[in-house]
Amino acid sequence: MSTTPPIVETAAAPATRRFLDNLRHTPREFLASAVRSGRPQSDRSRSSFVFSSLFLHLHSVRVHRWSLRWRTTAGLGVITAAAFVITIITGILLMFYYKPYPDVAYLSMKDIHFVVPTGRFIRNLHRWAANVMVVGVFLHMARVFYTSAYRRPREFNWIVGMGLLAVTLGMSFTGYLLPWDQLAFWAITIGANIAQSPREVTDALHLTAHFDPGGLQKLILLGSETVGEEALIRFYLLHVMILPLVLCALLGVHMWRVRKDGGLARPADADARLGPPAHPVYPTFTEEPHKTYQLAAVVRGTSPAVGAGPENTVPAMPHLFWAELGAFMFTVALCLVLSLWKDAPLKELANAAVPENPAKAPWYFLGLQELVAFSAFMGGMGIPMVVLLGLGLIPFLERETSGTGDWFGGPGGWRLVLRSAAFGLGSVLLVETIAIHYGWIRQWWPAAPQLLITCLNPGTVIAAAYAVYSLLLVKRYDSTRAGAAALFTCFLCGYIVLTVIGVHFRGPNWDFYWSPSQWPVH
Amino acid sequence: MSVPPVVSKTRSRLDAVPMPRRDFLGLAAAWSAGSALFLAMLGMARLPRAAVLPSPSKKFKVTLPETLALGAPFVPPGRAVVVVRDAQGVFAISQVCTHLGCIVKPAEDGFHCPCHGSRFGPDGHVVRGPAPKPLEWLAVTHAGGNTFIIDEGTAVKAGTKIEIA
Repeated sequence: MSTTPPIVETAAAPATRRFLDNLRHTPREFLASAVRSGRPQSDRSRSSFVFSSLFLHLHSVRVHRWSLRWRTTAGLGVITAAAFVITIITGILLMFYYKPYPDVAYLSMKDIHFVVPTGRFIRNLHRWAANVMVVGVFLHMARVFYTSAYRRPREFNWIVGMGLLAVTLGMSFTGYLLPWDQLAFWAITIGANIAQSPREVTDALHLTAHFDPGGLQKLILLGSETVGEEALIRFYLLHVMILPLVLCALLGVHMWRVRKDGGLARPADADARLGPPAHPVYPTFTEEPHKTYQLAAVVRGTSPAVGAGPENTVPAMPHLFWAELGAFMFTVALCLVLSLWKDAPLKELANAAVPENPAKAPWYFLGLQELVAFSAFMGGMGIPMVVLLGLGLIPFLERETSGTGDWFGGPGGWRLVLRSAAFGLGSVLLVETIAIHYGWIRQWWPAAPQLLITCLNPGTVIAAAYAVYSLLLVKRYDSTRAGAAALFTCFLCGYIVLTVIGVHFRGPNWDFYWSPSQWPVH
Repeated sequence: MSVPPVVSKTRSRLDAVPMPRRDFLGLAAAWSAGSALFLAMLGMARLPRAAVLPSPSKKFKVTLPETLALGAPFVPPGRAVVVVRDAQGVFAISQVCTHLGCIVKPAEDGFHCPCHGSRFGPDGHVVRGPAPKPLEWLAVTHAGGNTFIIDEGTAVKAGTKIEIA
């Protein structure tokens, strides 16, 4: 005989009835077992809704009201991440039909375009989401810079963000080859030769025979001396596998650090400026906490309540998630509209004998292509490297504290940014005008040594002007932040102007035209 | 003679602690494994560069048409090379721009690059634009009659022309 007594309830109901009851309750029970914390109704269950979920626990449980204001971030980081999600989904769908081999790559693109139901639309979405991602990365970086949000303790996350910028551009560049049309082939030929451009310097120094980093870079990128089947496979692998994995890893670290570094940067007096919340926030600390806890070696500072007064946070569920969902839906809508408006281009089959004229890279590289048209090495590698290095050093060279979390905070404010923008625009336009109208050293002095042109070309002149200008501002305002703001603004303006020139004003033979309608027929 | 110092039998706390054999062996094993892995990785760094590059043959044969005028450029189909016959002989110039690898187009005053506006003279010297070097002159061998063998892989000094008797 068993010693445990039979359960009364189950004994009372017949098994068939219990079966039906269980069946009826299955959806509810399933949900309860998936979301372990139950309905997010109380403050406590809202917290555990976040931290007991694998996907949500990158977020903190409560979020400061300052972070949720639209004008704090404009949702740019979330928009960029959302665009990445769209490219992953559409990219996987495209991989069903795309074949990475020169003989058939272009044909499979044609299939996707004309035969596969919704294929063209999916490809448009992929392309537009990639564009949104690139724009989003740049705008997000500008937001972080102009709100001085890279400062301690967020220096490392700024560096991770730069890694994300580089990987995003790398994914765009590698994706550009895959259609295997004229645009793709010649843009990648130019790109691979930019990788080879250190030869411009080693040749001038007669070193190439012994030391040829440029040639090695090109060879490793292409797996051959020309863009062919090896290059296509390499770019495909980078595009669909290596770079997305790197990006996912960096993105995880990036978001995790946002939380670990104390949420979004906000001014010290954010609480006072926000005022009391419109709705009662629970729990509300109505007075200064009597005790703080030093959680040594676990978190930085004294926790849980650092400082005083109302904590001014709201539960991440639902406030933050609604905001993120909103940004996500905005991104989806934007990409949908753009995809319906304009198809991704597909030119003729790649032809290694006849270059596309003009052969233009993706639009966000055209600023660089404009610089490359003066010196391959400086425009394609030298200046971008210096800019990346400079961006990476910003949080370490600029360690002031005033204005953190405020748009254009710190010495000079938005006036300084406007003034720098004026200088940045003025100098790039002046140098470009001279170069377009009068030419450059080679036209005036055909026998000029190449090293002179490599060192002294419109790109380096503009960069040097920007550097000198921001050094002057460091001195004048007695502030490294002023110099950083001037330099960042100048380079942003320079990048925009060069990109516009590259996109709109350059035609066949990279000649200057006021409008594409003036291009000669060829 | 100096008296040797008296050595204390008890260990000073300033003396280095002798490493136990077990720790030594453990460390040695870890470092051996690490360096083996590192060297193996170093060898694998050769992977991205194949021993034979999958490029098409760089040597090809070209027969100049009888009607080709002296000094007029002839472009063999599918090749980025211009072959010219003038009074002094035959020569070949690569059409690959020394700037970023686009294919230059023969024009009346030499060669124009469509990508970034480099201009070259008829003998390939840079006239304007970003190209850092003149166009390459390629090795030409006479194979009898109007037929020549051109080697895109071998550059020769500018001005080298093959005389035909």
